[in-house]
Order: sequence, then structure tokens, then C-alpha cells
Amino acid sequence: MLEVRNLKMYYKTLRGYVKAVDDVSFGLEKGESMGLAGESGCGKTSVASTILRLLPINAKVVDGTIVFEGENLLEMSKEKFRKEVRWKKLSVIFQGAMNALNPVRKIGDSISEAILCHESVTKREALDRAKRLLDLVGIGAERIERYPHELSGGMKQRTMIAMALACNPHLIIADEPTTALDVIIQAQVLKVMKDLRKKLDLSMMLISHDLSIIAETCNKCAIMYAGKIVEYGDIASMFRKPLHPYTGKLISAFPSILGERKKLSFIPGFPPNLLNPPPGCRFHPRCPDAREDCTKKEPEMIQVGKEHHVLCHRVE
Amino acid sequence: MADALIEAQSLKKYFPIKLSLFSRLRAKKVPAVHAVDDISFEVESGEVFGIIGESGSGKTTTGMLLLRLIEPTSGSVLFKGKDLTSFSDKEMQKLRRKMQIIFQDPYESLNPSMTVYGCIAEPVTVQKVATSSEEITDIVTKALEDVDLVPPEEFLYRFPHELSGGQRQRVAIARAFVLKPEFIVADEPVSMLDASVRSSVLDTTLDLAEKLHCGFLYITHDIALSRYICDRIAVMYLGKIVESGKVDEVIRNPQHPYSEALISAVPVPDPAARRTEIVLGGEIPSALSPPSGCRFHPRCPYAQDKCSKEEPPLVEQPAGKSVACHFPLD
Repeated sequence: MLEVRNLKMYYKTLRGYVKAVDDVSFGLEKGESMGLAGESGCGKTSVASTILRLLPINAKVVDGTIVFEGENLLEMSKEKFRKEVRWKKLSVIFQGAMNALNPVRKIGDSISEAILCHESVTKREALDRAKRLLDLVGIGAERIERYPHELSGGMKQRTMIAMALACNPHLIIADEPTTALDVIIQAQVLKVMKDLRKKLDLSMMLISHDLSIIAETCNKCAIMYAGKIVEYGDIASMFRKPLHPYTGKLISAFPSILGERKKLSFIPGFPPNLLNPPPGCRFHPRCPDAREDCTKKEPEMIQVGKEHHVLCHRVE
Repeated sequence: MADALIEAQSLKKYFPIKLSLFSRLRAKKVPAVHAVDDISFEVESGEVFGIIGESGSGKTTTGMLLLRLIEPTSGSVLFKGKDLTSFSDKEMQKLRRKMQIIFQDPYESLNPSMTVYGCIAEPVTVQKVATSSEEITDIVTKALEDVDLVPPEEFLYRFPHELSGGQRQRVAIARAFVLKPEFIVADEPVSMLDASVRSSVLDTTLDLAEKLHCGFLYITHDIALSRYICDRIAVMYLGKIVESGKVDEVIRNPQHPYSEALISAVPVPDPAARRTEIVLGGEIPSALSPPSGCRFHPRCPYAQDKCSKEEPPLVEQPAGKSVACHFPLD
């Protein structure tokens, strides 16, 4: 359904190119949900904005293809993309719902605007659909006249979900959808997302720094480090047997409420500056098992399981 | 307990709402936000005590009350048996040396126009711990080494904007520990940091706390993390402690329906984990007019008649726990 191949996207700055997305490839089938995880600044959101073609002007796609339902999104004209793809087939739930809604518009108007832009329906029909969507996400149709400031954080985030669903998209990209929410509200929002995904047979890409959320909601996962995907595969085998040292370290840095109480691990050092990433494997300066060839030769993605890929010299 | 370092006794903090003169004259009672409503607990030396709860549950207000950064509406705080609320400003200033706080956001808690040296030296000069500049430099260098900002010379004259988030928080920690305090409040010290650096910053902090044998109050919403660092925890809901006890007892065997729901809502970084999920409906009610009886009764799946009428007291249970519920779970 979505096939990203060798995607390279650089930001042009006064000091040179920031290689935010460097040779990223992954695929997503219909009905699947994929998690994209990594530390801040690793390029997660840049991948999403490239797929949605929401890049700032200093960003440049250097290489690669993004094929979505048979069409290369990068070659499509801007106008066609806006009219036919964005929101109709591919929509997004942005980070920080608190600020993503227009504060001076009623939520019903915000949702129906998305519908009116893409379909030739009357305002009344659009509002009716907005009501049904609000019911669907558990806010209740009676709140259609509310303004964002009258809603709590969890309700704003659900409004964003309703908005993303407005034109019956096939794929939703959720960028840190629950980061600013409390645990109980987070559980509510994630439950709504899980239920809807089943009910409407949606595909989803969930971007988050929190591996525990991905473990609970996705069936596939990709780990990014310094602009590259270092490991990707089905969630069960990745969490049971992480192959890349970075994945393993990242997983054991997350506290769990179950199981044994042991010391949490951490990764010494800092993520590299993407203006000038280290040669060879980008993780080698922080890697406990780095060998000599790690510092010189860039590793290639190898397949280890049915759907399990890893970017590391040490994996045979 | 005799050896409690700091003790809160029926502490209350109400924030009155600002009203226009007209409505103030008409109102029978000025409405107030019941941020902290009658809580009692104690923290011993060398102990890490966690306060967990959602936003708006009064965790931060509790931390500020213990340090007397805000005045309580009623109740008292005892530091080594002496009531802080009766202290004069001058006495309080002397005592500040022994009680410090680490704030949540290292991007806002450090003065952007002060160097790292200035930030850490400030408490030293204010409290007149050292006077000569060599002495101060020695103390500051030592403090930086303690928080693993090495070599210290490289960091002394940097400004906060030249540091990463983790390094900034380390500076804030060095500043809190530089006077060798006996009691520390840490308000969500690592919630702004990436998972990969979070545990190393926490390790540093807890090692320092252990070395100084100080009491440590850890305020957090991250229950999974609290399990790794706290000895005892208290769960707060709408300004009240609903359950407290040893961390493993509370998390493995929660007896208050709210703690049960809160703990079950925490996602687990293991796709194979099976657990019962209790998703509570609704949101935390307004602290302006908290529900009658048990504050949790409108959202409680097990609520009965009695719960909406009578307020449950915090009752001691076996295994050293206390629970405020009419019908505690087994």
C-alpha cells in the first residue's frame, strides 16, 4: 500500500546540508499499523512530512520514491496531491493537539471544512457527518458547537482524530498523538484509535518516542537513528530479540510496570550532528560492541527473518 | 515516626478565585481551588518518597508547600520536628540551605544570561558558604564533577543555550546539591528528556542523594519509572492521597480503585504482555467544587451509595499500606 524506497531528504542550511532522512526504506500493507520510534531529532517527523509533502522550503528530497496505492507521490503535481490524496486517502494527526486546532472556530466547523474542501456536499451534510464523527470518537454530537478552549486535552486530541477521519482516508499518520496527555487520557485516546482502526479497516503509522505505546498498538515497528532506519520488522520478534545494539539499549531504557525491578540502562553519549554524521555506521561512537569495520564501512540493510531487517555489521 | 526528616500534617492549600468586587459582595463564600486538601505523610532521611498522580492532582503544590515556597491554608510542615510555618523569613532563609528543589523544565529553570559557573555559584555566595573566589571555584568544579559534567573546565563558562537538555538538567541538579542539602524535592526532573539519557540523569541524582543521605521527594506522573527509584509512594487524586505504601505493594496489589485504574493504564514496552486494562471514562473533575463523599466516586466502577455521602479516611492496611476507600479491593 505504502512503499518508501531509498528516501533521502536534506534540509539546506547556511552551514551545509542536514541529512535528516538518509536512505530510508520501508513498506506498509493495508490494515497494518507501523510504529516509527527513535530519540528526538532522529528524523521521525521529517519522514512523515515528506510523505505528506508538508516540507518547509529549505527541505529538499534528494532521492527515492514514495509509492502510495500505485502512484509515486513525489512525482505528482502539488495540486493533484492536495485534491486527490492529502486528507482523502492520507491524513494526519499532528503532535500537540492543544495547538493544532484553530482557536476561533467551532470544532464542528473545523471538521466540516475538511469535508467541504474535498467533496461536493452541502454545508448541512458536512455538519451531519461531523456530528457522526464526533460520536464515533466518543466526544458526542452535542459538542459540535464548542470551541477548542472549552474542551480538555483528551477531547481536543479526539477532535483531531475525528478531523483526520473526515474524508474516509485509507492511511493515517499519527505524529506523537498522546505525548502531552496524562496516562489515563492516553489510554482512552489509544483505545479509540485501536477500535477505529479495526472498525474502519485503516492502516496507521504511529510516530512516537515512547516504545511502550508502540508495543501496545502496532504490529510492525521501525527504529530510526540519526536519519536512518536501523532495524525494522514485526513487533513480537523485534522486542523479543532485538538485533541492533541501539534497539536493545533503547528497549531496556524503558521502565516496565511488570516484571523484575532491575537497573535501567542508558546510552552514553549524544546523537550525532546530522550536518556531519560519523563515517561508517552512525551508531558506532556510542555502540558498546563497535569493531573496526564499523567505523569505516557503512553497514547495509540485511534481512534476518521473514520480515525482520537490520542495519548492522555484527549481525550475520 | 521519631526519625522523620520532614512531615506534612493535615496540609491544605486552597487558591481563592479572583472575583469582581460586585460578585465578591454577593458571594456567600469565595470559591477556591482545592489544590491540596488535608494530606499527611512523612519522608525519612535516606528515603526516596514518590508522589504520583495526573496533572491537576496537586502533586506540584505539595512539593512547593513542603519547601514553603507557598504558604499553606492550614496544616503544618515539620522539618526535624520544628514547624516551618512558624519560622520568620530570616530563619527560613538560613534553612533554605538544607532544602532544595529541582524543577521539571531545564529550559526554563536556568537563567539564560548566566553562565554555568554563575548558576551554581549563586547559592554558594547567597548562603555565604564560601567567600574567596578560589574557594567558590573549587566548590563549583566539584559540583560539576559530581553530576558527570567532565571535564568541568569545559562547562564552567558556557551558557545554558550551549548545552543539551540532559546537560542543562545536570546543571540544575548540581545547583540543587551544591549546598549539601538534607531534603530535596524533584518535580518531574526527567520528563523532558529522551529515554536514552533519562536513566543516566536519574542515576546521577539518586547517587548524590544517597551519598548525602538526604530525604528525596520525587514528584512524577510516570508510574513505571517511579517503581525503579522510589522506596515508598503516595497516589494523589484531586488533592488527596488515596493510597500510600511501599512501591511494590502499591503497584502489584493496588487497593484503591483509582490506583488500580491508573496502574492498568500504563503501557508496557513488551508486546507479549497480557494485562487487564481498565479504561476509566471521563476526566479528573474540577478542583473548584470537588465531588461529595469520596472524590473518586463519579468515575469509580465499584461505587456504592455510601461513597457519594461519606468521605473515606486514609486507613492503615496490612503490609504497611494506607488506603482511603470504603471498600478497598483485595
